Amino acid sequence: MEKILEVNGLKKTFKLSAKQQKIEKTNEKVKVAVNDLSFTAYRGEVFGLLGSNGAGKTTTLRMLATLIKPDAGDALVNGASIVSEPAKVRSNIGFLTSELKLEEFFTPNYLFDFFSELHGVPVEEAKKRKQDYFDRFGIDKFAEVKVGNLSTGMKQKVSLVISLVHDPDIIIFDEPTNGLDVLTAKVVTDFLLDLKERGKSIIVSTHIFSLIEKICDRVGIVISGQMVICDTLEAIKQGKSLEERFFEIYEDKVGTTDEK
Amino acid sequence: MKNNTLTIIKKEFARFFGDKRMMFTTILMPGLMIYIMYTLMGSLMMGQFVSEDGFVASGYVQNMPEELAPMLKQLPVDWKTVENDAVAEIKTSLEEKEADLLVLFPEQFMETMLSYEVSAEKAAPQIEIYYNSAKPESADVNAMLHAMLEQYEASLTNRFDINEGQGKYDMATDQDMTGQLFSMLLPMLMMTFMFSSCISVAPESIAGEKERGTIATLLVTPMKRSSLALGKIISLSCIALISGVSSFIGTMLSLPNMMSAAGGVDASFYTFGDYAMLLGIILSTVVLLVSFISIISAFAKSIKEATSTCSPMTILTMVVSLVPMMGSEGLKSIGMLFIPVLNSVLCMNNIFAFQADVSRVLLTIGVNIVYSGLMTFGLTRIFNSEKAMFSK
Ligand SMILES: Nc1ncnc2c1ncn2[C@@H]1O[C@H](COP(=O)(O)OP(=O)(O)OP(=O)(O)O)[C@@H](O)[C@H]1O
Ligand SMILES: [Mg+2]
Repeated sequence: MEKILEVNGLKKTFKLSAKQQKIEKTNEKVKVAVNDLSFTAYRGEVFGLLGSNGAGKTTTLRMLATLIKPDAGDALVNGASIVSEPAKVRSNIGFLTSELKLEEFFTPNYLFDFFSELHGVPVEEAKKRKQDYFDRFGIDKFAEVKVGNLSTGMKQKVSLVISLVHDPDIIIFDEPTNGLDVLTAKVVTDFLLDLKERGKSIIVSTHIFSLIEKICDRVGIVISGQMVICDTLEAIKQGKSLEERFFEIYEDKVGTTDEK
Repeated sequence: MKNNTLTIIKKEFARFFGDKRMMFTTILMPGLMIYIMYTLMGSLMMGQFVSEDGFVASGYVQNMPEELAPMLKQLPVDWKTVENDAVAEIKTSLEEKEADLLVLFPEQFMETMLSYEVSAEKAAPQIEIYYNSAKPESADVNAMLHAMLEQYEASLTNRFDINEGQGKYDMATDQDMTGQLFSMLLPMLMMTFMFSSCISVAPESIAGEKERGTIATLLVTPMKRSSLALGKIISLSCIALISGVSSFIGTMLSLPNMMSAAGGVDASFYTFGDYAMLLGIILSTVVLLVSFISIISAFAKSIKEATSTCSPMTILTMVVSLVPMMGSEGLKSIGMLFIPVLNSVLCMNNIFAFQADVSRVLLTIGVNIVYSGLMTFGLTRIFNSEKAMFSK
């Protein structure tokens, strides 16, 4: 199996403002969001980061997408370092979150061209790719409809396609189905499985067990910024349900599943 | 990739010029509103409301002194004499907005008044004027009557006259008047328009990217942060400028209407050079303001937060625009031209007062451009700062 992503001892600490200290109910001046986190993902697989609120999933994925810099550690994305070669990393990844809201005024067609230009995709290539994506995901009928007038499912598809204009090998998706209704969520997971079929490697983060069970080949469980276990889905489940196993592992690590 | 700046500019323009509603609210509306507002203010100020459409108010008067009758009859009022027992009835009809004015002179007003000694213990004879301020015609004739009687009272104690001859005493030329009026009014108006047009475009475009989360999509492209900053500032400046120009045209068209009471005010006294300098100042100020608001917007989490942070600064800008009216000597020093906003206000003030100094204007434009450049650089840094872009 070819390694596509190698994460090595990533660490990220945030300074907390007085307001944040109040929200987090702490007197600490800093928050260690990600603490010495390592894992490996392989080409053609879907890797899932599973963790509760505040576990450090978003922070990890943002570091991988070169949006924020790690305090320590590094990660190799398709062989390129997120610390020393961020530009190379960016050309290899597509990054998005379910919270992304495209500008309602524009059409899918316009946005695809806009982001293709920013990614420096040659015009002919962009045109062919757009045709391909739009056909495959049923966007072609809506290519000239403003995003604001599309259904939520269609919006999500467009957001995804917009993040893939440069045909990246690796897709990083923070909480792909968070806040979506079941039908829209299905649209998104089907889309991800389709991308996997086409040989893409996918990294998702979520706190939704069913999503992991449906699409992931390998899973890493993150608790308080640390990778507690990382293995194939089957190995982690040990014949039980993922939910049951998660709470077992959580209690082992933290001692209780009661919220602090 | 330099092209990316262009890509950003193209998108911002497509957003703006593709949206009829947005075009209307930022381009047409400000100019139109200003034109309508000032024109209306002008016609109100001239107090022509009553006589203009030949309206004659209905007035009632008790004990009208013979001597005053010719004066009162100059007013656009149809006077009827009223007896004691009808007074209450007319007050009701005033309330009902049927009558416009009721004037009660005391009996033998002229005699008592003329023999009245200011030092005496006794109260002075009193004229009572009833009107209804809720009825414009009534309020108007009341104001006119007041002014008239006050003037009459002043003339009674006449020990000397000022400027009662027929000659032209005010030696100011029409051009002087134009300069004085415009240099007092316009810098503040222009600053306010420019600021509000910048506020109407920059937060939406910059804080909006953060609010929607599209900033992350932009920042994971290989585009340079400086291309993004430059593209945003150039396109937003253009849009804000168009909106500012619309306000400017509205002002220019409506000022003659507003000021025709003052007489002789005419924007055509300004030369091509004056307008060119003015344009230079406006252009550089808009870029400066857009850069400034963009920086605030880049720190804000939402469009709303950005707008509400900027709004109080509108007032600050207005206050600064009033500074030249103090006429302090210190304002003439070169150092003042290094204070943003104030420098533009001072230059506009000079241009409108026909006292423009090309080197001061050029220095101001230069200073504004340098500040804008620094702020564009600052915006690049903010786009690069994870703390500003992805704060919690
Ligand atoms: N910019 C920031 N400044 C301060 N603290 C932060 C910042 N970003 C994240 N944190 C804190 O770091 C911790 C991890 O946050 P993160 O968003 O990575 O968690 P998550 O696993 O994505 O959780 P969620 O399910 O809520 O999205 C949280 O306690 C959070 O409050
Ligand atoms: Mg998260």
